[in-house]
Amino acid sequence: MTSPILQVEDLKKYYPIRGGVIARKVADVKAVNGVSFDLYPGETLGLVGESGCGKSTLGRTLMRLEEPTGGRVLFEGKDLAHAKGKELFDLRAEIQMIFQDPYSSLNPRLPVRDIVIEPLEVHKMGTASERLDKVVALCRRVGLKEEVIGRYPHEFSGGQRQRVGIARALALEPKVIVADEPVSALDVSVQAQVINLMVELQKELGLTYIFISHDLSVVEYISDSIAIMYLGRIVETGKKETIFSNPTHPYTRALISSVPNPDPRKRRVQVAIEGETPSPVNPPSGCAFHPRCPFAVEACKKDVPALESFTQTDDPRHNVACIRKDEIEPHFKN
Amino acid sequence: MPLLEVKGLKTEFRIEEGVVHAVDGVSFHVESGETLGIVGESGCGKSVTAMSIMRLIPDPPGHIAGGQILWKGKDILSMPDDAMPDLRGNEIAMIFQDPMTSLNPVFTVEKQLGEVLEKRFGLKKEGARARAVEMLEQVGIADPSERIKAYPHELSGGMKQRIMIAMALMCEPDLLIADEPTTALDVTVQAQILHLMKKLQEKVGAAVILITHDMAVVAETCDRVAVMYAGRVVEFCDVYRLFEETKHPYAFGLLKSIPKEGLTKEDSLATIEGIVPSLIHPPTGCRFADRCFKARDRCRSEDPQLRDVGDGHLTACHFPIEEGDE
Repeated sequence: MTSPILQVEDLKKYYPIRGGVIARKVADVKAVNGVSFDLYPGETLGLVGESGCGKSTLGRTLMRLEEPTGGRVLFEGKDLAHAKGKELFDLRAEIQMIFQDPYSSLNPRLPVRDIVIEPLEVHKMGTASERLDKVVALCRRVGLKEEVIGRYPHEFSGGQRQRVGIARALALEPKVIVADEPVSALDVSVQAQVINLMVELQKELGLTYIFISHDLSVVEYISDSIAIMYLGRIVETGKKETIFSNPTHPYTRALISSVPNPDPRKRRVQVAIEGETPSPVNPPSGCAFHPRCPFAVEACKKDVPALESFTQTDDPRHNVACIRKDEIEPHFKN
Repeated sequence: MPLLEVKGLKTEFRIEEGVVHAVDGVSFHVESGETLGIVGESGCGKSVTAMSIMRLIPDPPGHIAGGQILWKGKDILSMPDDAMPDLRGNEIAMIFQDPMTSLNPVFTVEKQLGEVLEKRFGLKKEGARARAVEMLEQVGIADPSERIKAYPHELSGGMKQRIMIAMALMCEPDLLIADEPTTALDVTVQAQILHLMKKLQEKVGAAVILITHDMAVVAETCDRVAVMYAGRVVEFCDVYRLFEETKHPYAFGLLKSIPKEGLTKEDSLATIEGIVPSLIHPPTGCRFADRCFKARDRCRSEDPQLRDVGDGHLTACHFPIEEGDE
C-alpha cells in the first residue's frame, strides 16, 4: 500500500475568547479539536461539514495560514506544523490553496498576469521571461486565453476568476491543493466547468486534493475518500462508497438524508434530524452530537468518543467516532 | 381564474451603461394552494420578478415598463399606492434569502411580531404576546416565551428564518413568496425549514412561489416550475415533466450539470459552455442560442415565444429537446 503524502496528527486550533477590562483570556473556541487523518497521493479527500464545524479552519491550519495550537502535519515526513524559516518556505510551495470567493481572493489592483506570476517571483523561479512563459501556459491550461492576461479581476466572470485562482495555485507545481469551497459561489452550470477542470488537472499532474465543501453531491462526485466533521472533530472517515452507502455515525446519516434529491419522485416525508449545530464556544459535553442524536444514551454525555476503526464494513479506512457504532442498526440507503 | 397571473412583465433598471432589461416579457400563473418554483441562475431575473409582484422595485433606478400582474383578476400595477401595504403582508407575504438582514437588529422578536399583530388584528400587549409565543411554537422554536425577548443577533440563522416564516404566515396570506429561503442555511436546517414551510402552507392553505437556484429543492417541494434564463421564462410545466421530459435546451443542460448519485470522476460532468448574454444589449433571436447545442440560423433571427408543446407544457424554443438528444 502506498504511504500517505500528508499525515495530520491530533491537530488543534484554539482561538482565545477575551473578556473583562484587561481582556484576559476567559475561554477557548476549539475550532479544530484534535483532528487526525491521512491523505494519499493522487487522491481527493472530501472534507464535509456544516458551517462552524471547523472545516475551513482545519484547511487553513494545516497550510500554516493559522498557527496550530497543537499537533503535527507531516508532509512526506517533514512536520509542517513546526517548520521554521527556509524549511517552512520550501514546504509552502508544496501545498497551495484555492479559495471559496473568487471575488475577494484576487487582488483587484493587479492584472491576472501579475496575480499568477507572484508566487513564481516570491519563490524566485526561473528568469523573468521564463516566468512570463509559465504564466501564459498556466492560463491556457486552465482555459483562459492569452490575450486576457493583462485584464483585471473585475473584468472576469465568477467562473473565470476561479480559473485564475486555480492557475495561481498551480504556479509552484504543488503536490497538494487545499480547495476551500471552490465552487460554492458559482452557478450550477459554471460549477460543473470548474469541477471538470479540477478533475482533469488532477489526472494530468497527479495532484492530491483536500476538497472542503458543504455540498454533498459535489463531494460525492469528486472525492475518493471522505471525512465528516462536526464541531471541531472528525466523526467519520472512509472511502466515498462506504460513506454514501454505509454511513454509520448518526450525524453522517442525518447529513446524507437531509440532502434533497434532484428527482421529484424521491421526495422525503420526514425530517432527518431536528435542531441546529450548537455553538463551538460552549460545546455539549461528551460526544458533541448527543443532544441531537436519536441513538444517544447516558454514556454519550460523558466521554468524547474516539475515532476508531469500524470493522463491519470491508473498508480498512472506515473509522467512526461513536460508542454505539456496533449496536445501532445499519443504515439502508433508500 | 388563477390566483396570480403575470403577463408580459417587463422590469428595467437604468444604469450608467444603459438600460438593463432584467425581466423582459415574463408570463406565468399560480393557482391557489400550489407551490410554483421559479428557478434559474444568478441574474436571470427571478428575484426581480418577485419584487415586481410586490411592487418593491426601487425607483429610480428601476421601474416596471410593461405587462400586467393580475391578483385575483385585478392588476396590481394599476392599484393606488395606498392599497399596497394592505396587499403586502395580508394577502401576499414575502420572505427573503438572508434572514440576518430581514429582521430589524434594534428590536426584540416580540416587538417585531407585535407590530404585525397590532396592525392586522388590533392585538396589544398580553394578547399580542400570547399569540406571538404561539406562533413561535408553531414554527418549532424551543422555549418560545424566553426566545421572544431575544434580539436578532442572539438567534441562529435557522431560528431567524423560522421567525420570518412565522411573521409571513401570521396574517394567513393567500400567497407566500419565498426568495431563496434556505440558501444561507445548513443542509440539515434546510430540510427542516422546507418541511416547516410545507406544513404551514397546508395549514393556512396558501400558494407559494419558491425562488431558487437549486434544482434538488425544486424537485423536493414544487408542483410546477418556471425556468428562467436572461430575463425570460423558457420553460413552464409541472415538476415531473420538467425532470422527465425536459423541453428547453437550457433547462436540459442545467439538469445534466448537477452531479448525480453514482457518477464518478471518470465521467465528466455535462456543462453549458459560454456565459449569460448582456441584458443591456440582449442578442436578437433566442438569448440562449450562443450556448445551445441545438441552435440553428432561425434561433439567431427569430425570437422564440412561449408555446404549448403538449398538455400545457410550455417552452420558448424553436427546436425543443427530443428523444435521443444528449
